[in-house]
Amino acid sequence: MQRIGVFVCHCGSNIAATVDVKKVAEMALMEQGVVHAEDYQYMCSEAGQAKIAQAIAEKGLTGIVVCSCSPRMHEATFRTCAERAGINPYMVEIANIREHCSWIHKDIEEATKKAVILMRAAVAKVNLNAPLKPGESRVTKRALVIGGGIAGIQTALDIADAGYPVDIVEKTPSIGGRMSQLDKTFPTLDCSACILTPKMVEAAAHENINIYTYSEVEKVTGFVGDFTVDIRKKARSVDMDKCTGCGACQEKCPSKRTPSEFNRGLNNRTAIYTPFAQAIPNVPVIDRDACIKFKTGKCGLCSTVCAAGAIDYEQKDEIITEKYGAIVVATGFDVIKLDNYDEYAYSQSKDVITSLELERIMNAAGPTKGHLERLSDGKAPKNIVFVQCVGSRCSDNRGKSYCSKICCMYTAKHAMLIRDKYPDVNVTVFYIDVRTPGKNFDEFYRRAVEEYGVNYVKGQVGKVCPEPDGSLTVYGSDLIDNKQLKISADMVVLAAAIEPSESVRKIATMLTASIDTNNFLTEAHPKLRPVESPTAGVFLSGVCQGPKDIPETVSQAGAAAVKAIGLLAKDKLMTNPCTAKSDELLCNGCSQCANVCPYGAISYEEKQVNDHGIRETRRVAVVNNALCQGCGACTVTCPSGAMDLQGFSNRQITAEVDAICR
Amino acid sequence: MQELINRAKELLSDGTVARVLGWRRGDLPYNPEPAYFSDEASLSEFVYNGFCGANLSKYMIEASKLEGKTLVFLKPCDSYSFKQLMKEHRVDRGKAYIVGVGCKGKLNMDRFNEMGIKNVLDVKGAELDDTCDKLIIETLTGEKTCEYKDAMLERCHVCKGKEHVVYDELIGDSADTVDADRFAEVERIEAMSPEEKFEFFRGELSKCIRCNACRNVCPACSCRKCVFDSTKFDSAQKANVDSFEEKMFHIIRAFHVAGRCTDCGECSRVCPQGIPLHLFNRKFIKDINTLYGDFTAGAGDEERTPLTSFTFDDAEPGTI
Amino acid sequence: MPINENEEFRPKIVAFCCNWCSYAGADLAGSCRLGYPADVKIIRVPCSCRVNPMFILRAFEKGADGVIMCGCHPGDCHYSTGNYYARRRMTLLFSMLDYIGVEHGRTRVEWVSAAEGVKFSQTMNEFVEKIRSLGKNVRLGDLRCRN
Repeated sequence: MQRIGVFVCHCGSNIAATVDVKKVAEMALMEQGVVHAEDYQYMCSEAGQAKIAQAIAEKGLTGIVVCSCSPRMHEATFRTCAERAGINPYMVEIANIREHCSWIHKDIEEATKKAVILMRAAVAKVNLNAPLKPGESRVTKRALVIGGGIAGIQTALDIADAGYPVDIVEKTPSIGGRMSQLDKTFPTLDCSACILTPKMVEAAAHENINIYTYSEVEKVTGFVGDFTVDIRKKARSVDMDKCTGCGACQEKCPSKRTPSEFNRGLNNRTAIYTPFAQAIPNVPVIDRDACIKFKTGKCGLCSTVCAAGAIDYEQKDEIITEKYGAIVVATGFDVIKLDNYDEYAYSQSKDVITSLELERIMNAAGPTKGHLERLSDGKAPKNIVFVQCVGSRCSDNRGKSYCSKICCMYTAKHAMLIRDKYPDVNVTVFYIDVRTPGKNFDEFYRRAVEEYGVNYVKGQVGKVCPEPDGSLTVYGSDLIDNKQLKISADMVVLAAAIEPSESVRKIATMLTASIDTNNFLTEAHPKLRPVESPTAGVFLSGVCQGPKDIPETVSQAGAAAVKAIGLLAKDKLMTNPCTAKSDELLCNGCSQCANVCPYGAISYEEKQVNDHGIRETRRVAVVNNALCQGCGACTVTCPSGAMDLQGFSNRQITAEVDAICR
Repeated sequence: MQELINRAKELLSDGTVARVLGWRRGDLPYNPEPAYFSDEASLSEFVYNGFCGANLSKYMIEASKLEGKTLVFLKPCDSYSFKQLMKEHRVDRGKAYIVGVGCKGKLNMDRFNEMGIKNVLDVKGAELDDTCDKLIIETLTGEKTCEYKDAMLERCHVCKGKEHVVYDELIGDSADTVDADRFAEVERIEAMSPEEKFEFFRGELSKCIRCNACRNVCPACSCRKCVFDSTKFDSAQKANVDSFEEKMFHIIRAFHVAGRCTDCGECSRVCPQGIPLHLFNRKFIKDINTLYGDFTAGAGDEERTPLTSFTFDDAEPGTI
Repeated sequence: MPINENEEFRPKIVAFCCNWCSYAGADLAGSCRLGYPADVKIIRVPCSCRVNPMFILRAFEKGADGVIMCGCHPGDCHYSTGNYYARRRMTLLFSMLDYIGVEHGRTRVEWVSAAEGVKFSQTMNEFVEKIRSLGKNVRLGDLRCRN
């Protein structure tokens, strides 16, 4: 028989203003097993916790119900409190009378009635609780960083500097990510490559960092501290050890018609290629879909010219299996496809471009060697219109509901750079709002307007019409002057929304990390745990978690690294004791449970059992507690009820149902 | 029938099997019962005819634990149950010597009553070698005849097929007995109003006396200990006659066998109250076929059932 | 106190919410003060796949007028696949309940993420409304012993 104490929290007035907390405590005393009930202003405070400890000692409590805020908030607090006072932490249950009651109801009588019922359900459950003991699991002292952009590079560097080995997996042939495609960075206007390439080199040279480029994560099993990951190293067709990076192969390659991914398809690359000159590693890959040798069997020029003999047409994909204690996701972003925005004539005119394409055009290493020119005829544009929020802050489902955050600033940057270099070019920016929260950001925007004379128009562009003479007519509205504008431009730049990289969904599924409706990875807590995923041991770095600029990305990358280091520094981890448990006397050995277990935690053993005097060898399910994460899928599949979940047992949940329906 | 007995004797005498699992003459000509035969002499009691509806596959769970192989006679539909039990690791294929026997439809004594044929002494025309189109029934008041199919069990009118899905050898021919739509009755109920549905099932289930015959005969309902006999779900006292177990029994039973039920129809055949229990199972089968693609428990080699698998774009619960 | 015939029908509604998404969604509804009727009582389960049909039948048998199960959106399950199994189980169970005469409206599954406080509140408001329109559940006591 349990001796249960019920503790009702006022949460200041958060609960007490709507719930008669004294009444809840009073009613608690009428419940089975309850020997003590009291209310207090802040149960989670030191004084509140002391009251719990005191009652445990004085009344010999075996179980505790705290009627308070969500268990997601303070369950851990009260469990620790109970443990310190000498009872098993899993003998604590929380009745959520704040988020699920006082905050959503207005009528005191009604809210009190509901709070009493929630209390009863928790008491009914705790009556059936049993002490649970967490297991221990080991920590593999190695981290995996998925994505080799600035976020991934920074995270890897920080972890490596702390002394732990790190592997970076990057799906493209080089690390560097989106930042390597940028020309200048706001608000300082320093060159992106100048600040990024040293970091790339540092990462490549770091003794604790191992980089897998042209590779993808294929499979993840295991759990915090002990992940096992299969990495597919795609066949590069070039031996990384032999290649000297001389570039002769790329010069001679006769297949020159593949749109360059790095230059956003604005020019072409060869079939054997490094994406850009500063690529790390500086080892080309053969794009087998484009290569004449792979398509027809004839050619082999690259192999002929390679003095190092590095070309290997027979190379195969390689699967590398490695163990990791922590995984950081830094998969970054892409620009949305503009198929839904026909009105801007992106697909009809070469002179309607995205901002990322403009970055390549402005870049000295880009397709136009840094000359600002129209892609249709190579002429210098005289009138440029920037359109903001293309697919961002979209209220219909053509685009994204969120603000892409970086566009206001990079557009100010583009406008300023263009006006600086080509003072005769008129620049007009159509915007919904200009958002500049950030250090030196608003000053930067004001300089664009005040010093550089960029023409900002509050309003949206309705249509861009390519004209027969090659110009573009932009129809927009000016909301401040309340008039329709018709501007003849030679170039239109669209600030297309950014979205999480396409690969993130697959990776999230493999990691069982949750993603939101926009495919951004969800953080464990939006404010208090912003770089941790709800899945233990998985951390978030960069835009995969939400839109952010470079300084924010680098900060988050460092924060994610620290969280990962904190994990890797531990020798052992406590495992969740709320795992499945099979009653071998009831088990049929039918394997249904193993079929639904996502963790492969259930195996079968031929076991000698004594079933009320019948001794026989039976095939029975055995749960590996280190692998079981406690989802409970197996428990429902089991027809005999042999499989049960500790902490959420069939009887406990049934008792809650009964208490609620009483 | 003699062919089956002869073959059983051969297999017993050459040591291939240690025992035979078949049907034995009952106290009346139309109620044979499952039985073990351990020697050639005892096989004189063996029968196999139109009344041998009992599915022997479930007995193989216990027989698998015995020393040596067991010769078991399985009708085509029984073989599905056996195969399903194999997938669930409940029977040991290596411990079974399966003789697949032909089947021309099995008979339901209640049909005779419904046709006004009472006081039955003997029934002829239902042997394996018979053509099984007419039955001659000897009664206290003289000889009567009826069409074979008019006396068939409901399940045989919607027979899954004549093929055995697992066997070592086959003896005897089977007949195609399908002449009804398997889901017609389910569809008829589905078309009712909620009130009518409830009244229908209340009427049927009110007859239930919880004798557990359906559970005991069901090859899918083969838990070592039934959840309705354990305290695992109930926080109330077991002695409480009004407790949960007594109530949702048939729904939960059907849910527990969903995806594993081969629709062998034994539950309805053995129900002493004549409740059409198969209508629960068949509803699940119909839903599974409609929503997740045609599926027959016991067919194929895949261990996963529709309830232990999924696709990313399965129907949402609200949409059906 | 005499029972007032016009007294508003207050249904008993049990909501099973998975710990990772829907329970957090309910918390968010609370934090944002997005109200829904007090008739809804939430039971926390680790995952929607933990919801045994026995629990749902039990709730009805003990007098619940409606049962709703909420879980992570398909594809977002914290345990990666739990809600896919739950979806099949509940689809079949609810269809069976409908088959024996328990109106479809008394059972519902809704996928609510941790960020969807608004959806949680809306869903509960709708569901309570629906149950109120259906009235008291009288069909899942003992089917067997009513006559």
